[in-house]
Amino acid sequence: MNIVVCIKQVPGTTQVEIDPATGVLKRDGVDSKMNPYDLYALETALRIKESHGAEITVITMGPPQAQEVIREAFMMGVDHGFLLSDRRFGGADVLATSYTLAQGIRAAGNFDLIICGKQTTDGDTAQVGAELAEFLDIPHVTCVSKLVDVTAAGITAELDLPLHIGTAEIQFPCLITVEKGIFEPRLPSYKRKLATCDRQITVLTLDDMPDQDPAHYGLNGSPTQVKRIFPPETGSDHQLWHDSGKVLGEKLFDYLKDHKFLQQLR
Amino acid sequence: MPYIKIHQEKAVDKASLCAVCPFNAIELAGNELAINAGCRMCRLCVKKYGDIFEFIDDRRTAGVDKSLWRGIAVVAEIEEGNIHPVTFELLGKARQLAQKVDFPVYCLVIGHHITGQAQQILEYDADKVFVYDQPELEQFRIEPYTAVLEDFITREKPSVVLVGGTQTGRSLAPRAAARCRTGLTADCTVLDISENSDLDQIRPAYGGNIMAHINTPGHRPQFATVRYKIFPIPAKSAPHGTISNCTLPPEKLLSKITITAMKEKSREVGIEDAEVLVVAGRGVRKAEDLAMLEELASLLNGKLASTRALVEAGWVDAKKQIGLSGRTVKPKLIITCGVSGAIQFVAGMNGAETIIAVNSDPEAQIFKVAHIGLCGDLYTIIPGLIDRIKQEA
Repeated sequence: MNIVVCIKQVPGTTQVEIDPATGVLKRDGVDSKMNPYDLYALETALRIKESHGAEITVITMGPPQAQEVIREAFMMGVDHGFLLSDRRFGGADVLATSYTLAQGIRAAGNFDLIICGKQTTDGDTAQVGAELAEFLDIPHVTCVSKLVDVTAAGITAELDLPLHIGTAEIQFPCLITVEKGIFEPRLPSYKRKLATCDRQITVLTLDDMPDQDPAHYGLNGSPTQVKRIFPPETGSDHQLWHDSGKVLGEKLFDYLKDHKFLQQLR
Repeated sequence: MPYIKIHQEKAVDKASLCAVCPFNAIELAGNELAINAGCRMCRLCVKKYGDIFEFIDDRRTAGVDKSLWRGIAVVAEIEEGNIHPVTFELLGKARQLAQKVDFPVYCLVIGHHITGQAQQILEYDADKVFVYDQPELEQFRIEPYTAVLEDFITREKPSVVLVGGTQTGRSLAPRAAARCRTGLTADCTVLDISENSDLDQIRPAYGGNIMAHINTPGHRPQFATVRYKIFPIPAKSAPHGTISNCTLPPEKLLSKITITAMKEKSREVGIEDAEVLVVAGRGVRKAEDLAMLEELASLLNGKLASTRALVEAGWVDAKKQIGLSGRTVKPKLIITCGVSGAIQFVAGMNGAETIIAVNSDPEAQIFKVAHIGLCGDLYTIIPGLIDRIKQEA
């Protein structure tokens, strides 16, 4: 069985601020890490590999330094890595990102199962998995919280729905997005780091894609445009009360009473 | 294709210019500045040093005829055969948008045995309700549901498609948007429309640390998802719209997914549905102390919720976690106790009508969002408050 896991390098922190005057992102340092939700997708693939046998390929789109997250995946036990990197992929929104990943997966070879994390921590749209499945013309399910069974024909999984736990059988090839907590992700191993440090990462550019029309990639292939970014508003009318705990308790009681929050009480 | 042109001759301190890019996409190759694949075309470099970095946009203007796309469509969310209230919230917003550009409001209902539910959608000012009521649609499965949404879009050509940011909505909207090769903006918190029917979409990114204003200028329809409780439910009005029953042939509703079981989860009122929430944060010293906050919550007819820290410590069930990685809540009253107010937490609760924060640290972030901040020890304030409420009762 061939499993593809989509991963992404994200900023090490979401504590970014915008300079209100210039509208420029302020970021200290440039540390980055693997999107934490992807670790659960990787672990799911590794568990299937251990129990049923599989070759695992990770694929990521990004600048050359995004190779770091592929190396990290190797250290967890992943077999192959593809980096989709090209200036012409820059500025991609959800549609262009999903399309590029779909093209990259087609270029990378055959697959039975694609696993994505729930979302990323930088864009947090949670939409790429579903769009990717559409471009690959395969079924998808989201919110997978448990693997029930894996056969040659497909996968049975539990879905964490708002009011129910659903059980679904999905035929291969298919795409699933997994919830955090489906499995506890393993740590990268130093032994595997040594064993995989020479392993080749395949870098694919636009020229390696089945579809080489630049209009379908990057900013060109992105229907949405970011008009501007700005810092969130912080609320107005704030009061801060300083007093002894006893007095504050009294004042809070009066406030709740005056504002009719104690009405339902007998 | 659009690109950033660098005027090397104007760049003096080339090394420091590399730092302008938040994505590390400007690098020094020999003595020349270069843009690498990390470029996201955010154009911050152009904004800051317009004389050095120039944005060249050589795209042909996209050819969609916007006048052919009319109407604001809402995809109804069905939960256990009932219309989920996020549908009514979206209908209220759809009407506001529709009035500005003189569009009709559509609502699409997908499911089985749901025709009877369509009537109540008309009470929320919908002009046309389209109902696809077929056995293949009884459970949400992506292929048949996408086929229905595609069929509806092809027939009615709505300019805007609003979908609830629920689990099904967040699966269906991107799939359908990709099929239409159009744009989708997830989790919008503000929506407006301009005269040329371009939807102005504002959404948080980077865990709510940044707001982005997004347009879909050259494509139709424009997809947006909005989470539950972002917009208010509008008042009902006398129905004036029509209901159309539609069907798709069964061969268009095939799926490679089989739902073999549906097990009900325990049915307690979730924190999303509570009107009053008492939230425990890291300032709570031990798990036993949660009983005190639980008591306050029950005195106020509310629920206890918590921050991520207490969930990770195993003190509180994950279902009670507020924040980006937990639930979004919008109660009438929220009292946070010992919560510092990390932005990921705040993003999940800043829609609350009244926010009261108790924290002993006068510099705590939570005081920036709280309407009333109480700077003091929760272990004195809360027992005192509980005593007073009990005396009153």
